[in-house]
Amino acid sequence: MKRGRTGLKSQCQIFPSLGERAKRPKWMTPAQDWGNLPHHVVLQIFQHLSLVDRARASSVCRRWNDVFHTPDLWRRFEFELNQPATSYLRSTHPDLIQQIIKKHAQHLQYVSFKVDSCTESAEAACDILSQLVNCTIKTLGLISTARPSFMDVSQAHFVSALTVVFVNSKSLSSIRIDDTPVDDPSLKVLVANNSDTLKLLKMSSCPHVSPAGILCVADQCHGLRELALNYHLLSDELLLALSSEKHVHLEHLRIDVVSENPGQTHFHTIKRSSWEALIRHSPKVNIVMYFFLYEEEFEPFFCEETPVTHLYFGRAVSKMMLGRIGLNCPRLVELVVCANGIEPLDEELIRIAERCKSLTAIGLGECEVTCSGFVEFVKMCGGRLTQLSIMEEVLIPDSSYNMEQIHSEVSKHLGRMWFPDMMPTW
Amino acid sequence: MALNSIHWFRKGLRLHDNPALREAVQGAATVRCVYFLDPWFAGSSNVGVNRWRFLLQCLEDLDANLRKLNSRLFVIRGQPANVFPRLFKEWKISRLTFEYDSEPFGKERDAAIKKLAMEAGVEVIVKISHTLYDLDKIIELNGGQPPLTYKRFQTLISRLDPPEMPVEMLTDTLMGRCVTPVSEDHGDKYGVPSLEELGFDTEGLPSAVWPGGETEALTRIERHLERKAWVANFERPRMNANSLLASPTGLSPYLRFGCLSCRLFYFKLTDLYRKVKKNSSPPLSLYGQLLWREFFYTAATNNPRFDKMEGNPICVRIPWDKNPEALAKWAEAKTGFPWIDAIMTQLRQEGWIHHLARHAVACFLTRGDLWISWEEGMKVFEELLLDADWSVNAGSWMWLSCSSFFQQFFHCYCPVGFGRRTDPNGDFIRRYLPVLRGFPAKFIYDPWNAPESVQAAAKCIIGVHYPKPMVHHAEASRLNIERMKQIYQQLSRYRGLGTRSENINLYGEEKPQSGKRVREGRLSERAVGLVEEDKGPRHEHNQRWCLSPRGRVGWKVSFKGGCGGRAGH
Repeated sequence: MKRGRTGLKSQCQIFPSLGERAKRPKWMTPAQDWGNLPHHVVLQIFQHLSLVDRARASSVCRRWNDVFHTPDLWRRFEFELNQPATSYLRSTHPDLIQQIIKKHAQHLQYVSFKVDSCTESAEAACDILSQLVNCTIKTLGLISTARPSFMDVSQAHFVSALTVVFVNSKSLSSIRIDDTPVDDPSLKVLVANNSDTLKLLKMSSCPHVSPAGILCVADQCHGLRELALNYHLLSDELLLALSSEKHVHLEHLRIDVVSENPGQTHFHTIKRSSWEALIRHSPKVNIVMYFFLYEEEFEPFFCEETPVTHLYFGRAVSKMMLGRIGLNCPRLVELVVCANGIEPLDEELIRIAERCKSLTAIGLGECEVTCSGFVEFVKMCGGRLTQLSIMEEVLIPDSSYNMEQIHSEVSKHLGRMWFPDMMPTW
Repeated sequence: MALNSIHWFRKGLRLHDNPALREAVQGAATVRCVYFLDPWFAGSSNVGVNRWRFLLQCLEDLDANLRKLNSRLFVIRGQPANVFPRLFKEWKISRLTFEYDSEPFGKERDAAIKKLAMEAGVEVIVKISHTLYDLDKIIELNGGQPPLTYKRFQTLISRLDPPEMPVEMLTDTLMGRCVTPVSEDHGDKYGVPSLEELGFDTEGLPSAVWPGGETEALTRIERHLERKAWVANFERPRMNANSLLASPTGLSPYLRFGCLSCRLFYFKLTDLYRKVKKNSSPPLSLYGQLLWREFFYTAATNNPRFDKMEGNPICVRIPWDKNPEALAKWAEAKTGFPWIDAIMTQLRQEGWIHHLARHAVACFLTRGDLWISWEEGMKVFEELLLDADWSVNAGSWMWLSCSSFFQQFFHCYCPVGFGRRTDPNGDFIRRYLPVLRGFPAKFIYDPWNAPESVQAAAKCIIGVHYPKPMVHHAEASRLNIERMKQIYQQLSRYRGLGTRSENINLYGEEKPQSGKRVREGRLSERAVGLVEEDKGPRHEHNQRWCLSPRGRVGWKVSFKGGCGGRAGH
């Protein structure tokens, strides 16, 4: 950032506009008159600067300071709240936070809070939220970057802070409140004030919400296009509500299925007809399911046709289950298996290749597939596989192919260079 | 004038394949082999008793082998920069030789010593023998940057000439007229210290599972090759319970200290392969272990911040949690997950764990469960792991925590399932965690799920005799996958698994304007190897973003009372 040779401060104060150029000393050319750059030019430059650089630039002169406080530069803000004892990252300066609340609260439209694992940070976020009266926030994100510290805040404190925004913004379109103590009454408040504008709601792992609470959202917010929640909140009624005539097409539904200890949670089944209704209503919807279950807990799933598109198995999944997926998931686009076991999955993979015609991405770790079986799989999928991420240990050399040959064979069928994923063997 | 030389041992603690040592001896009247031990190093450094013992055994072995040549090892207390000037004078030195050290701090130290030597009129000869290749050549071949994916590295390697042949072992013949003046009190002045002298309490210390020294290394390599020839066709050995245990053919600590020459290993492997497979060309995978080591050395050699997250151009900034309590539980094998605890116990007791065991504990500490910085894990390994040197240790940790090199963060190792699949009977657990011996295989990996009767029968109540699990793995991994996804989504152009279905980003419908977001912590895609494909010899990727080299240290701008700044409000 260059500065003119003369004291810009004095120039700015004496020459606030271009019309006064005649008074400038002869040796000073227009090019040096940084202080007189048009507002929109400075604004554009500022938009390319990081917040720190912008803040420094704002101390140069009054004009630049004015630009710094242009509403346009404050539409989007990410509050970072970290404590040195729990995080390596810096926090947004408290004075800056005060300034924003004082001067820019009404300009904020896209706001997020990133907090570390310290409860204090989450509480600070809630305090800021409570002060965002008089805003027209469109997007709100509450993100815990490490442990879910929002869960440690008192529920009353959290809910009252959140409802301040819900009530005052009146045009919320996108909300991320995963891992927070949000509850049914707060969702009611959200709905009462923002039902026309709400498009995205992400609330995975919100244990205080009940199926009825989320159903209320689906019933009233007909513009909802993206929803993320845990499996226990999913119900037939919910799917039907999302498929009602008044409802827009759903674009993205993410469901987390999590269990702590085997046998502790009972998983209900969703009727096939409910899924069918959803697909009829929103034929292009992405249905993303993340499973973190013990192998024996999968029984209720995939017994009938399930329109899931993206499947992720965070723990082991059995051979039988993968077989069922081949049979019952015709819309499957992406499949990731973290672990299976030591029985080759050739058959299951080939069936998936046969029946999941939309499959374009697959990831396998800690499983076994024979090289021949794998080549067969790739042949059947062909070039539609844009992402093939296989850990090296997964492939078992056999009489037809060894490890050296497998990569050229697979590359041939994919139409591009391919290698398995490797991990250091040191 | 008589040529007196010093050979300076740092790594490369061997007499075979030591070209620098040969230079020291060549045409010299006297030669003295020195090793420096910083006297305060033992107490304050982050190096555990196993590593010290291994090193001392290496030095003893060197001394013993040098005695056979009528020479000795000179162990010198102090810092090289302080002591060398005195030695140059006292011993009338005109030549100094040492093996090239590719690590950034090594290079710095050596540059300073070279300067000292020049000032004292001492000729310095440096030879490469700790790595297979001249690492600078690899970097040059890659357009001035080290390769950041293993695939790319392999491609470059395959285009280089094969490594140089190992040179002969130092013998009487090679020594020729060269002698080593040894005083009567050599043992007192320059002898290899004992563990006790360095301040360790050795009472009750079990004998070393991995004995240090070149002699041991050379025995092991023969055994290693015998075993390899047995394994039909050099197939990748299937992982089983036995693989987890220390093997008498394991070589990694010896390669690290340089007791075994990597080039010797390379050529012996090549010879054996050609013999068994009748002269066909060996695949690169044969040298896997050596090439990974080489890969990390290459990545680290020009990066002094290779072992840090901040200010490291190739490391993703991940908002790790600072949690000393949790870290201590992991380091001290008190996580409550027997698989993890057994591995960490083996590590502390013996100094070596299988590479898949390393993946398991590294994943658990970082992106899998505890979300603690890989730098912390690296420090613990540095203390306990015999084969952990700076480059390989830091590089492996970055890799395993998905902080660099490797972008498939979806693959998570389960602290229960992974162990169970590797060793279904649980013998490994029983061996290193005797308190859990009474548990049947069904529950030994997750003893907290065992009914009370089973726990009572095993004489081990979870929560009393063995800790409860310190995290809920399912919840932790769900959370952490989300974290990693968020981070990777912010790296532009990442279109890998796990993120493809989400087309709406954090700010609702607005996509980031390409090229205009200058957020701190943004990394070049190239920097994390995201778009590295084999496009051609020189160009991995056109750098689109600037790396954030500024490494902001903090707010310098004051926001007191209004907008601050000179103009006032």
